[in-house]
Amino acid sequence: MHSFGYRANALLTFAVTILAVMCAIASVSDNFNSPSPTSQVQVLNINWFRNKPDGDDELSMTMNISADLQSLFTWNTKQIFVFLAAEYQTPQNSLNQVSLWDGIIPAKEHARFYIHTTNKYRFVDQGSNLWERDFNMTLHWHVMPKTGKMFADKIVMTGFRLPKSYK
Amino acid sequence: MDWQGQKLAEQLMQILLVVFAVAAFITGYVVGSFQLMLFVYAGGVVLTTLITIPNWPFFNKHPLKWLDPSEAEKHPKPQVAVTSVSKKKPNKK
Repeated sequence: MHSFGYRANALLTFAVTILAVMCAIASVSDNFNSPSPTSQVQVLNINWFRNKPDGDDELSMTMNISADLQSLFTWNTKQIFVFLAAEYQTPQNSLNQVSLWDGIIPAKEHARFYIHTTNKYRFVDQGSNLWERDFNMTLHWHVMPKTGKMFADKIVMTGFRLPKSYK
Repeated sequence: MDWQGQKLAEQLMQILLVVFAVAAFITGYVVGSFQLMLFVYAGGVVLTTLITIPNWPFFNKHPLKWLDPSEAEKHPKPQVAVTSVSKKKPNKK
């Protein structure tokens, strides 16, 4: 500590070490948040439902997606990535996941939303299994913190069924 | 900066930084703003820099007392007898 340079060096290294510790504690503090997100999805209309020339089923639907993810935001949250997936079982695959819509929520103010939309990404099956198929709508989200560990969770909404004929 | 001053500077630096870090964390957590925490801590680091890095007068309150040249002359250096040890002895006087 006898010279300007040594003192500056000591201060800088100690300051940055403490900053790292603060970030670590901030990340740990996320665990004290117990969120209670809610979500609801309504399928308003099947716009069309067809069998593509290559034999795979594809459909287009109009949906209302509403969700309240505000409780997921803490002081250490940068943004939340959220996507809605149709999940169903077929003889070939025990789990099919088709992403229908996604979004990035940049702030808590935008975390309670209501969207009227058609499926943003194509709902295509691996084969021709969508007739009268029961499926779940699952809202998945990934919480991206400013520092530390990323969290992921989901809400499963059951009781959806596809029509029994192409249109 | 004298010896006592160096010790003081180091202790001041560590205590100030930790205090500012705790204050910044609590402020940020209570207000719910990560950015505010960083600003408070950055302010603390700047303040600590200004306090502990320049060679302020209060770091120089305990100057070393050197012997007067006249006093040194009354105690002449011992004459070199063994070459290996002799190098360090004159420095200590």
